[in-house]
Amino acid sequence: MDDVTPYVVLSGILFTIGCVGVLTRRNAIVVFMSVELMLNASNLALVAFAKQHGNLDGQIAAFFVMVVAAAEVVVGLAIIMTIFRTRRSASVDDASLLKY
Amino acid sequence: MDFTKPTIEYADIWPLLVVFGVACAGVVIEAFVPRARRFLVQTVLAAAGLVAALVGTILVARDLEVHGDGAARGAIDVEGTVVVDGPAVFVWGLILICALGGVLLFAERRLEGGVSAFAGQAAALPGTDAERQASTRGLEHTEVYPLLMFAVAGMLLFPASNDLLTLFVALEVLSLPLYLLCGLARRRRLLSQEAALKYFMLGAFSSGFFLYGVALIYGFAGSMVFADINEAVRNDLGNQTLLLIGVGMLSVGLLFKVGAVPFHSWTPDVYQGAPTPVTAFMSAATKIAAFGAILRVFYVALGADRWTWQPMLWVVAILTMVVGAVLAVVQTDMKRMLAYSSVAHTGFLLTGVLGVQQAADLSEGEITSTQAVLFYLTTYAFALIGAFAVVTLVRDSSGEASTFVRWQGLGRRSPLVAGTFAFFLLSMAGIPLTAGFVGKWAVFTAALSAGAWPVVIAAILCSIVAVFFYVRVIVLMFFVDSGPDHGEVASVTRPSLLTSLTIAVGVAATLVLGVVPGPVLTLADHAGQFLR
Repeated sequence: MDDVTPYVVLSGILFTIGCVGVLTRRNAIVVFMSVELMLNASNLALVAFAKQHGNLDGQIAAFFVMVVAAAEVVVGLAIIMTIFRTRRSASVDDASLLKY
Repeated sequence: MDFTKPTIEYADIWPLLVVFGVACAGVVIEAFVPRARRFLVQTVLAAAGLVAALVGTILVARDLEVHGDGAARGAIDVEGTVVVDGPAVFVWGLILICALGGVLLFAERRLEGGVSAFAGQAAALPGTDAERQASTRGLEHTEVYPLLMFAVAGMLLFPASNDLLTLFVALEVLSLPLYLLCGLARRRRLLSQEAALKYFMLGAFSSGFFLYGVALIYGFAGSMVFADINEAVRNDLGNQTLLLIGVGMLSVGLLFKVGAVPFHSWTPDVYQGAPTPVTAFMSAATKIAAFGAILRVFYVALGADRWTWQPMLWVVAILTMVVGAVLAVVQTDMKRMLAYSSVAHTGFLLTGVLGVQQAADLSEGEITSTQAVLFYLTTYAFALIGAFAVVTLVRDSSGEASTFVRWQGLGRRSPLVAGTFAFFLLSMAGIPLTAGFVGKWAVFTAALSAGAWPVVIAAILCSIVAVFFYVRVIVLMFFVDSGPDHGEVASVTRPSLLTSLTIAVGVAATLVLGVVPGPVLTLADHAGQFLR
């Protein structure tokens, strides 16, 4: 069994950066990039744990996550594009018609 | 290295495959069938596919194999990734019925004067010539039917997954089409697009948490399969910190989907902004699928870790009921009010999740939490779809009129529609002789038999608050005059047979489940335990 702690710690740091990015950035595209960073941090953790446990489940999961992330990009960019074309702004703060 | 061919039990999972197949066929139809005929072909195909899947679900349910002591029936299929057991097929049936209602509401064209409730051309900007042109040409997006079918397929897979990876993929398959459907309203397109953006952003954020939770639980157990995770928890193998953080993050993803506090903030915005047929379908079906998955994850994968997640769910259940009920009181929009009330109902359902899982641990006459939650979902789904279907009928010159002011005096102008809506609200409030009362009774007794009495007391108090805001709407419809100072009032547009049928089925089911709940309670009991 290999020690994979450094990789898991790195994935934790990446996940936190992504999380903070989502919470603090205002541009929808950047927020979305931060979400992708979170998914990639999970991928790193999955692959590291697969190495630790000596089975392939985590590595296979990483492939599935990549495909899902790609599908999410398609849907997400479509939605952000429509919003941007309508409002000439991709700021998440400007989308504030629905509240309370 | 040997390569063994995976075995796939087509006989058990074909309802799921039918729905996936119809969804893919729908995409092909968009490419090859002329525009004029697409609407008919798509609706008929979608409805036929759902009916076939429903028949298939009943057939599969009839010959589930008995396992062990007879508490669980079913089989673990497709190399241990999909499990077809009693609760799974019950949830399948319920989702497919909701989806049929969804297709009927999607296909309603009489209310908008010959076109559907969806944008004529989603790519045309609101307020431009292109949009007006699309509108005058009578264009409509028939892509909504394949999108609906993909969402349904994901919903069917979600509560039937037997490992974390399948669970994640199913979660995304059900979510992505819903994000798109939310943004396709014909009227008030800015609101609709904003709803899609919010749902997508928050949904993607929460699935990030969900996935990291999956990774950490995998790191703890060394396997993604639920039974292996349970075994690892029981034997206390691995790093407890990973498990604890993993369970927390996984719960974020699951609780987001059902709209539990503190992950509820998307619910009112999305329910209000999305086209009402989509709201009707997704509010009911997503909740059913997600609660199926929550029960399976917490009972099968984390059943041995009950004392870790139970306190968390206690707090979340109480918070959800209180916040949902209190915020619903101050709403002035019908769809937002229903959204906050659905948050409160999530809390009631979570109360049921806290009950006792095994029938063997119960004395005579008590019911298991699975049975209670499944029954509550049945009662709530019919009332919810029916209520949103009524909301699509009440309109003024600018489309649906969902603000309270417009609904004043509706009971005098259209007593039948207002009476139907009042009946749905009374069922959601849990008044005796409606389905909602039996549902509430079921989840509360289930939680009581597990000793969760503080949650049940909170639930009863919140039910009383809930009665207040439901009855307020009824008073508004029947006992408040629409004064001349309020401007235009909404009136009921006559729908086609499709919406009428959906509402009629909703009324009938709500009434029958309230007066004779026995058969469905027995059916939920017959679903038995989750297969491990």
